Amino acid sequence: MNDNLLRRCYNFYRDGFRAMTVGRTLWKIIAVKLLVMFAVLKVFFFPDFLNTTFDNDQQRADHVLQQLTGAAEHNEQRRMR
Amino acid sequence: MGELDLGMVNWARAQFTLTAMYHWLFVPITLGLSFLCAFFETIYVRTGKEEWKRLTKFWMTLFGINFAIGVATGIILEFEFGTNWSNYSWMVGDIFGAPLAIEGIFAFFIEATFFAVMFFGWERTSKGFHLFSTWMVAIGSNLSALWILVANSWMQYPVGMVFNPDTARFEMQNIWEVILSPVAVAKFTHTTSSSFVVGSLFVIAVSSYYLLKKRHIDMAKKSILVASVFGLLSGLFTAFTGDESAFVNASTQPMKLAAYEGLYKGSRGADIVAFGMLTPGKRTGDGQEPFAFEISIPRGLALLATREWNGFVPGIEDLVYGNSAEGLVGAADMIERGKKAIVDLAAYKAARKAGDDAAGKAALERFNVNKDYLGYGYMTRPEEIVPPVASTYYSFHYMVYVGTFIIFLMLFFLKAGLSDRLAENRLLLRLGVASFFLAYLASELGWVVAEVGRQPWAIQDMLPVKMAATNIGSGHVQGTFLLFFILFAVLLLAEIKIMIKQIKIGPEVA
Repeated sequence: MNDNLLRRCYNFYRDGFRAMTVGRTLWKIIAVKLLVMFAVLKVFFFPDFLNTTFDNDQQRADHVLQQLTGAAEHNEQRRMR
Repeated sequence: MGELDLGMVNWARAQFTLTAMYHWLFVPITLGLSFLCAFFETIYVRTGKEEWKRLTKFWMTLFGINFAIGVATGIILEFEFGTNWSNYSWMVGDIFGAPLAIEGIFAFFIEATFFAVMFFGWERTSKGFHLFSTWMVAIGSNLSALWILVANSWMQYPVGMVFNPDTARFEMQNIWEVILSPVAVAKFTHTTSSSFVVGSLFVIAVSSYYLLKKRHIDMAKKSILVASVFGLLSGLFTAFTGDESAFVNASTQPMKLAAYEGLYKGSRGADIVAFGMLTPGKRTGDGQEPFAFEISIPRGLALLATREWNGFVPGIEDLVYGNSAEGLVGAADMIERGKKAIVDLAAYKAARKAGDDAAGKAALERFNVNKDYLGYGYMTRPEEIVPPVASTYYSFHYMVYVGTFIIFLMLFFLKAGLSDRLAENRLLLRLGVASFFLAYLASELGWVVAEVGRQPWAIQDMLPVKMAATNIGSGHVQGTFLLFFILFAVLLLAEIKIMIKQIKIGPEVA
């Protein structure tokens, strides 16, 4: 019964895709768009800065905290010395 | 730490604006047209008349084109978060994770199942199940929008969270407080209802074009009748939720309210400017009159913002310089407290690194006293907390004028539709075509009001935009800005071409 259901679902999608008219063009556009987005833009132009620059969450947290505290932190370190 | 490149911040802003506004070209039609398709199909199922089926299939095809070109354009915004806005991205990860994950699951589930039934299942499933699927697409698309709007609302009104100084992250304490915050409720209802208006106007514009060309007359009349009822009700609800948004802004983001109303000096029983031109070159505290020309409604703003005739509405200068009579603290004091918070956060971090628990505990206690002013510590002068007033003010007023006009337009279309006088009223039909573009612009400018009006904040009071950005050079962002501009232009041209072609083909012939 499960096989039958799976087959019916498969046939449903297969027949649907086969019968498309304007949908064929749209799917081509979607495919090209997703390819450009994930295989080009994400890989070459939009690396996740924190994930690619630091190895773990502690380093990432330290980096962001340093950005937030900046000069104040520098002064505090000098004072503690 | 190197100085943050403000050129990079502005380029990153421009890139985000371009991407968000491009993404928003598709969203309102998706949200509005999905419900209209559900209405059309419901009429078909109830009446059993084939012309309603052909009509539904036609609008579904246009819905599909819009959806296909728009799908995944929002994901580019997430790319930008990781690259250009890494500080912000890190800090809000815990808050945004849940809503965005829910949105992703929702979108995938709906798109993989009900969309397929909606487009492939006309002859393969029962009428009832097909109708159910169409309704699920409409409800699901709108619920999908809920989560991203909740995330945006949290940035405007950060509630239900606590800042963790060890991880530099805002951590969710109460998801219901985030979802049901007054800003989130007002934003979701206003955004979706205004999108229903845009969707209705899309149907009216295409149908008006057919009537002007004397083609598909019966289908166009039927479409206009349903769309004008939906558009009218949605337009009235948009006005109501817009009023509620302004009321909520008065308590959560008074500076934004003051900016979009052009209110520099607050007062009790403040008037609202119905029509007015801001004085060119006007700056906060320069003593110039705010308006070169204005027509005001007495006490209108007090009623809008406080629900009282004599309520006090703070102006930009009250919020910047303070107003002791009304108990308002100026930005200078908040900047001072913010700088203390930064110093104490630095002290806490240094003590923790040195293993000095006592000093760390003391620094944390001091930090907690001023932590709500953290973002002000990055300002150098009080006037920095003022958003660009002119763009906020004019965008808001354009939105209000067009919104009001569209309510009347919907009434005229409904009246003409009910009395079967649509085809002969060519002026109304021409207005129907043109108004779609007016509404589209109003919808985009609504986001200008929301986002430009909350500058300089990425997270209200907690994180200014300049501190949210990644400390990278601007050259990279300029390059990707240009890349996006070209990519978006090509995609948009493709959509317009396919959409126009499909509109020219029209619905199936009986």
